[in-house]
Amino acid sequence: MHRFANPARFLRLSAVLLPWCAGATVILTILGLWLSLFGSPPDYQQGETVRIMYIHVPAAWMSMFIYTNMAIAAGVGLVWKHPLADLFAKAAAPIGAGFTFVCLVTGSLWGAPMWGTWWVWDARLTSVLILFFLYLGYMALVNAFDDPQRGMKAGNVLLLVGIVNVPIIKFSVDWWNTLHQPASVVRMGGPSIDASMLTPLLVMAGAFTAYFLSVVMLRVRTEIAQRKIQTLRLSVAGDGGVADGMRG
Amino acid sequence: MMSEFFHMGGYAAYVWPAYGIATLVLLGLLAATWKGLRNAEATLKALESARPARRRTRNAGRKAADQNAGTPAEASEG
Repeated sequence: MHRFANPARFLRLSAVLLPWCAGATVILTILGLWLSLFGSPPDYQQGETVRIMYIHVPAAWMSMFIYTNMAIAAGVGLVWKHPLADLFAKAAAPIGAGFTFVCLVTGSLWGAPMWGTWWVWDARLTSVLILFFLYLGYMALVNAFDDPQRGMKAGNVLLLVGIVNVPIIKFSVDWWNTLHQPASVVRMGGPSIDASMLTPLLVMAGAFTAYFLSVVMLRVRTEIAQRKIQTLRLSVAGDGGVADGMRG
Repeated sequence: MMSEFFHMGGYAAYVWPAYGIATLVLLGLLAATWKGLRNAEATLKALESARPARRRTRNAGRKAADQNAGTPAEASEG
């Protein structure tokens, strides 16, 4: 991992990977949408509303996947002071928040016709809402300091503390009574869902993952550029005027 | 056939907003990211061209400084 901590090396690597990730996003999204809307049957109990699942469930997976990756990056950033780890966490946060928002809204839209309610304060829904606030809190905290290094440090601590919420989300449907159905794909004994529905689900999950990788690479590039801008501005303000004057 | 598809078995009011929200959020995030990257790269370029004599590119900086002082360093090399 040390080899990828160098920003210059990251820029070169991402320039190679980005077209592939972007291409995969487009292809998997088209295939996933076609399978979700045309290529899969309506559910025998839920009818056509089951098509909301192909957005809702992959978005929920992404919300936890991205947070876990950010927390790992936070640990790496705190312990080894990798320059890219902090930038990755900061770059990934809005994407994670976006997927969590999509998960919450589509869940509501699915709950309204199937449960008869838009929202219940049960363990699953509440813990996902907390995840959404953790993303927002992290984003606010990182930008709240004049010194970006201090903001990153505070944000990293928040990410590490908040990681306890991820297993709570995952197991909330087993530990507490809830309207939410239990896991049907990532469970002991293999998926309990039919292949005609599992395939579009996994393709959409692949599309979302490729989207995340593409956008996070663009955002890390932006963060690296911002860092350079900051360094340049500081050096101009610090010694630039005097040094230029002497040279001229 | 097509109207039946859009009807979504009577659940159109729930299914289509779900897909719409996801599309809006993901495309909006991509657009904001793209715009932010373009802005940052433009600012960086402007800053770097305004101040070419940086520590990291010491040789290029020295050449530029020499040219400013009126002693063309390239003359002897070329």
